Amino acid sequence: MFEKTGIPSKEMIMEKFPSIDRINKGPVAVVECYKEIPCNPCQTACKFDAIKVGEDINNIPALNSDNCTGCAICLSKCPGLAIMVVDGSKSETTVQIKIPYEFLPLPNAGDIVKGLDREGKYIADVKVINVLNPKSFDRTPIITLEADREFLYDIRNIKVVS
Amino acid sequence: MKDAELLIIGGGPAGLCAAISAAESGARVCIVERNKSLGGQLVKQTHMFFGSEKQYASTRGIDITNILLNKLNSYNNVEILTETSVVGMFEDGVVSVVHKEDNYYKIKPKAVIVATGAYEKSLAFPNNDLPGIYGAGAVQTLMNVHGVKPGERVLMVGAGNIGLIVSYQLMQAGVEVVAILDAAPKIGGYLVHASKIRRMGVPILTSHTVKEAVGKNYLEKAIISEIDNKFQPIEGTEKEFDVDVMCISVGLTPLNEMLAMRGCQMKYVSQLSGFVPVRNENYETTVENVFAAGDATGVEEASAAMVEGYLAGICAAAKIGYRPDNFDERKNDYVKQLDDLRSGPVGKHILAGIEQIVV
Repeated sequence: MFEKTGIPSKEMIMEKFPSIDRINKGPVAVVECYKEIPCNPCQTACKFDAIKVGEDINNIPALNSDNCTGCAICLSKCPGLAIMVVDGSKSETTVQIKIPYEFLPLPNAGDIVKGLDREGKYIADVKVINVLNPKSFDRTPIITLEADREFLYDIRNIKVVS
Repeated sequence: MKDAELLIIGGGPAGLCAAISAAESGARVCIVERNKSLGGQLVKQTHMFFGSEKQYASTRGIDITNILLNKLNSYNNVEILTETSVVGMFEDGVVSVVHKEDNYYKIKPKAVIVATGAYEKSLAFPNNDLPGIYGAGAVQTLMNVHGVKPGERVLMVGAGNIGLIVSYQLMQAGVEVVAILDAAPKIGGYLVHASKIRRMGVPILTSHTVKEAVGKNYLEKAIISEIDNKFQPIEGTEKEFDVDVMCISVGLTPLNEMLAMRGCQMKYVSQLSGFVPVRNENYETTVENVFAAGDATGVEEASAAMVEGYLAGICAAAKIGYRPDNFDERKNDYVKQLDDLRSGPVGKHILAGIEQIVV
């Protein structure tokens, strides 16, 4: 189905998420790269040796969540915008989610925006915590969101309503 | 008659890299480009490239143009002729060109690299000539080069990498994409691109085709239908979309008639998307000192076109007497980069094509 629709299945998604224990310890990347393509900037970008593609650049990147600091540098470097960061350490009822977002208008910290799933369907309202857009991100801003914990595995995009 | 050592036809990714590589070897290089400026299709690629660091992965295509031009400008043995079209390649090695519209002259190089790229395939359906029906390249040019919105509501035809990327860029420009359809049963482009668009809410309809375009003076409506596994429309599955733009992105085919004209042996290879020159591992065709690189030798990603350019450039320069001390090292590096790019499932297809043309 994924190859017909572009929507990964729940099982595919769960396989890419680090354990909930790891997520509750602090920010960590989720690398949603499901198909071998010749590409390895995630590995090049990671300063902590947490993402490994290996000698064959067609390999699917493997995340070492022990090494990952959740710094989010790889989010803006992945040409497929396939990486997000999740963090369950901030509160027991919510999670923080960092996503790359290349559309205008950019939201502002404090805004309430629509949280969408991997199909583009509305899931829940989410709060924008932070918007980072430094020169080094090369026009791929990173948005930090706060969402209800129950939507940890669902929220992957936002819609900014002006 | 103008004199040149190495003539490179086409100033896109392959041609620019060929020029850099040959200039570095010491050859006097002349690039002929029909457009006003160099860069080819790179100048409209606002997305980040795949590949690895050596092919500028994670850098946007628009910025790769400048990286390559800066490199090129560091050599004083490169001449650039823009707004110049090649109109003939003759058996005595003479190449005739036209600058703008009226200045016709001849160039006699020692070797030529043809890096003319590819052109878009078309799709036949009733009223496919209505205004509002564009090729994906035209949409990108309007939007990303000239800053002009091609319309308000778009139906994208083709879910290969170009169709997916242009859909994403249309949405970035504030244009609504109602759907992406493709006749194939699976999405042809990289799935990370597909997921990126899908999570914006755009449906991707595989096993679908355009039945007809409707409109009086311009496109007003597109009618599509599902197709069976023999690519025949299934009756009763028609859907209508009110759109003012249909963007056709059904693949590219190598643009290389010049090589056929020159007498190079050509072969139809479906994996390389059309007629391509038979060549050796140095990208030299069956006519001595006529080289080719990039999409003109088979349609692939721009990252591969750039490496092919570097490789053809160093080999063509060596052939006419500019063989640097580190020739083997450089050549092996380019060969390895191409192997790396082609070692996955996508590349397997390309390699099966290349196998048929390398002698």
